[in-house]
Amino acid sequence: MVIASAFSPLTPQLHIPDGFLSTAVTLVFWLITIAFVSIAARRLQHDFDERLAPLMGILAAFIFAAQMINFPVAGGTSGHLLGGALATIILGPWAAILVMTAVIGAQAILFQDGGLLVMGANIFNMGILTALIGFGLYRSAAGRSRRTKLLVAGAAAWLSVMAGALSTSLQLWLSGTSTLNIVMPAMLGVHALIGVGEALITAGALAFIMQTRPDLLSDAEVTQRGGRAWIVVGAVITLAVILLAPLASANPDGLERVAEDYGFINAGLDSPYQILPDYTIPLLGETSLSTIIAGAIGAVVVAGLVILLAQFLRKSASSDQQLATD
Amino acid sequence: MQTSAFDRYQAGDSAIHRLDPRVKVIITVLFVLSNVLIPDGAWLGFVLALTMILIITNWAGLAWDFVLKRSLIVLPFALAAVTVIFAVPGVALASIHIGPWTLTPTDAGLIRFISILVRSLLSVQMAILLTATTPFPDLIHALRHLRLPQPLVATLSFMYRYLAVLSDETTRLLRARRARSAQQPGMHSGGPLLWRARVAGNMVGQLFLRSLERGDRVYKAMLARGYTGHLYTLNPHVMQRHDWLMAALALAVLAAIQILSRL
Repeated sequence: MVIASAFSPLTPQLHIPDGFLSTAVTLVFWLITIAFVSIAARRLQHDFDERLAPLMGILAAFIFAAQMINFPVAGGTSGHLLGGALATIILGPWAAILVMTAVIGAQAILFQDGGLLVMGANIFNMGILTALIGFGLYRSAAGRSRRTKLLVAGAAAWLSVMAGALSTSLQLWLSGTSTLNIVMPAMLGVHALIGVGEALITAGALAFIMQTRPDLLSDAEVTQRGGRAWIVVGAVITLAVILLAPLASANPDGLERVAEDYGFINAGLDSPYQILPDYTIPLLGETSLSTIIAGAIGAVVVAGLVILLAQFLRKSASSDQQLATD
Repeated sequence: MQTSAFDRYQAGDSAIHRLDPRVKVIITVLFVLSNVLIPDGAWLGFVLALTMILIITNWAGLAWDFVLKRSLIVLPFALAAVTVIFAVPGVALASIHIGPWTLTPTDAGLIRFISILVRSLLSVQMAILLTATTPFPDLIHALRHLRLPQPLVATLSFMYRYLAVLSDETTRLLRARRARSAQQPGMHSGGPLLWRARVAGNMVGQLFLRSLERGDRVYKAMLARGYTGHLYTLNPHVMQRHDWLMAALALAVLAAIQILSRL
């Protein structure tokens, strides 16, 4: 039995094991995750009632099984699916959060793929971020042509993997497990490739569903799953990813500068810059630790804002639904 | 059907197997937490934690290296922590020249790296013990008793029931793809990369529609049999005296580990 193998180089490497995150980081991300999952559970229970568990259960099993479907890339490696973006596009953000939580939970409990105590962070990275960014972007394509929708879905899938990789690196760094200047370019570099596989499979699956069961992905269905405010959520997280990624791995890294200031580090740590010399943006030549910390705090604040937005969405979703049925 | 492939349960009748699943879940989580709290380089604490793992393994009637071998799955992730060897301030141990670069591992960095790795290995070992001695349905039942959101627990239990079915479905899809992809030795089968990705995408789409329809049929069959949204179990899982005793013993050991690793 081949489970989406943890050792394949093109499989998303985002399942953090226990021991790699500090207690504080673990706790903060549990709190964020619990907030999202309980909102999702409450809303879905209301919408689906006794149909909820059988439906979500089989969809979670679907995502789990879909992660086994690969396509050969080159040299024995193959592309795999994480599934967060696909789930959020075909099910809506709240259902996707619940489904991905079940998938990540089962992977941790059954296969020790991802830790137990750090599960909150893993759910946030692979289930919540992907659901928010994926649905937000796809929602913006409602009413557009099939081609545009597929392109946006592909971009959303790629960004969802990048967002997960970014937040995983930040968590590892905040926990003092990795130095940002190495883990960030490495994680983002690898996942920029993995994300292409995610984008291709996601768009391919959607194209198939649009052809076979267009009713499942009609504009009316999609607008009913979430209001326009989701576009804002998607845009904000996209912006955070696009701005934070280069900023946090920019040269010379703030972390390293602090290290140099204290005089306990020599030339050792700048090697990654020479391996990845292009990983800088000229406009932001001067970065400092404060910008990076601000960025990391920003990510958490964004997540907090999203929770507030969720309240607002509850209202706008119902009004949008009205529009869709008119 | 590959029902057994998804369950890591090792059938047995030891004191550990019989222990209430709630106690096992809580002790596992506290054990992982205890590992995170053991300071860097407190080797005594780590050795005691490993001893606890080995005693439980023995008690459960598993081979002594059962969890040790399986815990190696965390090693690839250790790559993410390698940089601390060179980043944590401390006494330089060596100076490694690779081309134009110099890497300087420090003693504190090395201690931190090994501590992270050991914590992670120990934690995953306890998690393996939990799944090896507790059937998954019992685990889910424990989560329900521990007040996890009901929709999540119910989703997990349905997911578990469907896993084998859908993975069989997936295996059939993969086998069908292999069967229609004739391949000469040493040559690629199929078209260009984009084409291959689209085939995989179609398979995922196909799997989704089949899952959705199967879910619908199962739901209707459940309704016909009187399903109202509640799941019942024949196992009451009442805490016995020995469950409380074991929980207390484990807590005392974990407290001792914390104290001894700070001496």
